[in-house]
Amino acid sequence: MKSAFERLYNGIIKENPTFVLMLGMCPTLAVTTSAFNGLGMGLSTMVVLALSNLLISALRKVIPDKVRIPAYIVIVASLVTVVGLLMEAYLPGMYASLGIYIDLIVVNCIILGRAESFASKNKMWPSLFDGIGMGLGFTLALTLIGMVREFFGSASIFGLTGPKVYGTTVPILLVELVNKVFNPASSSGVVRGLNEFFAGEFGSFSPIGILVMAPGAFFVLAILTAIQNAIKAAGEAKGKDMSKIQSGCSSDCLHCAESGCAKRLVEPEKVTKKADDETTKVVESKETENNGKGEE
Amino acid sequence: MNGNYFVNLLIIAISSSLVSNVVLSQFLGLCPFLGVSKKVKTASGMGAAVIFVITLSSLVAGLIYKFILTPLHITYLKTIVFILIIAALVQFVELFLKKFVKPLYEALGVYLPLITTNCAVLGVAINNVNLGYDILTGVVNGFATAAGFALSIIILAGIREKMEYNDIPKPFRGMPIVLVTAGLMAIAFCGFTGLI
Repeated sequence: MKSAFERLYNGIIKENPTFVLMLGMCPTLAVTTSAFNGLGMGLSTMVVLALSNLLISALRKVIPDKVRIPAYIVIVASLVTVVGLLMEAYLPGMYASLGIYIDLIVVNCIILGRAESFASKNKMWPSLFDGIGMGLGFTLALTLIGMVREFFGSASIFGLTGPKVYGTTVPILLVELVNKVFNPASSSGVVRGLNEFFAGEFGSFSPIGILVMAPGAFFVLAILTAIQNAIKAAGEAKGKDMSKIQSGCSSDCLHCAESGCAKRLVEPEKVTKKADDETTKVVESKETENNGKGEE
Repeated sequence: MNGNYFVNLLIIAISSSLVSNVVLSQFLGLCPFLGVSKKVKTASGMGAAVIFVITLSSLVAGLIYKFILTPLHITYLKTIVFILIIAALVQFVELFLKKFVKPLYEALGVYLPLITTNCAVLGVAINNVNLGYDILTGVVNGFATAAGFALSIIILAGIREKMEYNDIPKPFRGMPIVLVTAGLMAIAFCGFTGLI
């Protein structure tokens, strides 16, 4: 039981797939226009991830090493099909709003990443809980990002919206806070004043529509990675080991080949080495050109 | 086949290459978009390889869907079938080019293995089927989508080459500034919305 909790904690906090490992960014950016979409996408990914981890771990001694990746893909794709069909039948509205991204769970880095790095080496129960933990971490992250984008972008949370959400929700929260701290009877004047102040201050705000549109997704992710960079730099300055924090496909895709995405179907060393050779060749040829020019 | 059909093809081509650009508004193929866009030269190589593979895979996926999956009433297996087709196709194309078209292999070879995991390839194949496109429309859609990808990755690489000499706040160095750039590009591409 202890190991199960450890796996859950690992997936949700320590190796959160979105905030720490930065895997599976395509769906993260695409579906987080609202908290509800984020939640739906996260949960369907979690179901696929938990079951695929379980199945792959159960079959790990049967699957020959050389064809393991295609075998994993077939397992994952079957599960995705099952989840997609169930969702289409019972949650048609959500299926329509998530659309193609449900099918694209197949190519989500997280799933094959966990299959390769955990499920293929561990027993069934830890693998199942690893899948659930990672899935919960992913769900949590998508829901949080969705909430932020939805709150600022379309002035609602989980679809709950008032005509002046900033003008009403913010003061109501504050009023409750003030009421808890002060004596409610004596603070009514303060409360009324605060309420009027916020209605005037925030009531005139209109939502920042761009946040729920495509460019907003890039900006949100940019801020996230900037925060990550800052935390990593601060941790390294203190001498902590921050190598866990990686920016997925960020530094360049050759790195991505090692960490997640491309590792799944090709030998990473081969690709990286080839691509490295290619870049050095390009650089060298440029240098020689420059030298030639200099001599002239 | 009448005039309307071709007008429709043109509209689909413009729509999927510019208006709903595959990376900047659908977020498919983000990995190579961010990863291989450091230099214009490598970016254009990647772009060419993606155009090649997506056009070919939309053709093959369209044929298999129409002549194998539909007659057998197993269209619900499309995700499984398509991902396997694409993985096999990329390997096959790599071998074929290596053996018979050496210059093309040397230009695209490095990028081909990376493309298998590009979700844009699977995305286009599934989109073609979901939207009920026939095979020619599907191929045009695939080509246009890939061309949109190539366009945006080359533009981004151009900007990044210039940006190398800029003084960027420390936490924003590396990926964050690239994402901000991509966001600004996405705003620019929003301008195409009125086109159709």
